Amino acid sequence: MRGALDLDGVTVAFRLADGGIYTAVEGATLSVADGEFVAIVGPTGCGKSTLLNVAAGLQPPAAGVVRKAGVPLTALNRDAGYLFQADALFPWKTALDNVAIGLETAGVSRRQARERAQAWLTRVGLGAFGNRYPHMLSGGQRKRVGLAQVLIRDPKILLMDEPFGPLDAQTRQIMGNLLLELWSTDRKAVLFVTHDLDEAIALADRVVIMSAGPASRIIGDWPVTLPRPRDIAEVKVEPAFRALHRDIWQVLKGEVLKGYAQTGGG
Amino acid sequence: MHRGKLILLQLLVGVLTISVWEIGTSVPIGGSYLLPPFFFSTPVDVALRIIKWFVEGTVWRHLWITLYEAMMAFIIGSAAGVIIGFWFARQPVVAAVFDPYVKMINALPRVVLAPIFALWFGLGAASKIALGITLVFFIVFFNVYQGVREVSPTILANARMLGMNDRALMRHVYWPSALSWMFSSLHTSVGFAVVGAVVGEYLGSAAGLGYLIQQAEGVFDVAGVFAGMLVLAAFVLVIDGLVTMAERRLLVWRPAAETHSL
Repeated sequence: MRGALDLDGVTVAFRLADGGIYTAVEGATLSVADGEFVAIVGPTGCGKSTLLNVAAGLQPPAAGVVRKAGVPLTALNRDAGYLFQADALFPWKTALDNVAIGLETAGVSRRQARERAQAWLTRVGLGAFGNRYPHMLSGGQRKRVGLAQVLIRDPKILLMDEPFGPLDAQTRQIMGNLLLELWSTDRKAVLFVTHDLDEAIALADRVVIMSAGPASRIIGDWPVTLPRPRDIAEVKVEPAFRALHRDIWQVLKGEVLKGYAQTGGG
Repeated sequence: MHRGKLILLQLLVGVLTISVWEIGTSVPIGGSYLLPPFFFSTPVDVALRIIKWFVEGTVWRHLWITLYEAMMAFIIGSAAGVIIGFWFARQPVVAAVFDPYVKMINALPRVVLAPIFALWFGLGAASKIALGITLVFFIVFFNVYQGVREVSPTILANARMLGMNDRALMRHVYWPSALSWMFSSLHTSVGFAVVGAVVGEYLGSAAGLGYLIQQAEGVFDVAGVFAGMLVLAAFVLVIDGLVTMAERRLLVWRPAAETHSL
């Protein structure tokens, strides 16, 4: 198996302040093929984000191997673009410079980087907002800048950690459609983490379910065969969508309840 | 509040204060003055003294010298604070070794250093600049140290994922973060630069606003003392206004709520 990204028996553990060891994820095996959109769904605190950090090379696994294009990952994953859950834009840079920076670090001249950044801002619908600083943008606009910031580097694999989590329902839908539209042009491999099953099915080719933490495992893997191109709002009313949602929810429900029991509903 | 109304109220406070002062020094109540002019002078005397200083032009030299000392203290103190703050933040071992000494020196009331500095650097500008540096340095140092260490981990992770090496991280992440913390303490550090200059002058010098006030006190010239204090206050107001202008330009990327006006 040689996908864009392979996790092979990955276990992630953290040393706690009291000297104990907390196992976040145990024995996760997952493969993302080139051009495949995989969504990971799991209850709050199940270690979904941890798995992404491992895939990005930001967090070494305690056991198991991460491979990118078949090669074991030993340092930062240079093929990956990472869209974080929290605000990760540089607050002291304008939207344009935030997008351009990823090219500048790759050695592209500043002028050319800014020109291409402007083109990307236009693609995400923010062509006229280049000279705004992040705090002058709405949450949805900041996510758009973040998307452009990551995609301008043309990563082979896109890691997304509940990127639309803090947005309101309408904005999430618009951002989901924007993501699908951008993705359809060059079909990168995507690993998309969310706690929203609707969002996962509407976006992905495959939905992977994780059990409640600690020592969370992968407990399910469903292919999504809904035709593309999809519209997030329209796809949700199709019978095939409802049927798949019901199937997955049967499994997920129990884990969500376990997760609530452990975190006190938080 | 409406801007015009605000200015009107601010003026009202000033007029009221001066009126109380004037009445207390010129209207006898039960045979004695509430504010004897010998101890409190009178608004008119003080105003006349200030006008005389500016008409004769003697005050300009003192203003200039205080400004020069404060500026030098600010520039040197800030530069040292930025460099050492950066160094300590990036080298935790160095920071840990020097930690008790930094705290010790910072706890020292700077006034006690003034005579030593006068001894070392003479009665001229150098000793006042040195005193100002000891005040400015620690404010900038602590802010830069904090700024470098408290960069959001998400922003750092993002920077690394965007391909930044150590040098790029320094330039695009640590440096702007540290500078923003330094700029946010600009009012305090500029204020302390002036305090260092004036206190130094007051304790021994031949020129400057502190010297002017000290000379007047030496001969019980209360009008001179008050005139000196008023000129100093106006001087600080002007500098603070300039700092606010600089801040608006340098911190455009900050949400308005985070920039404070005092």
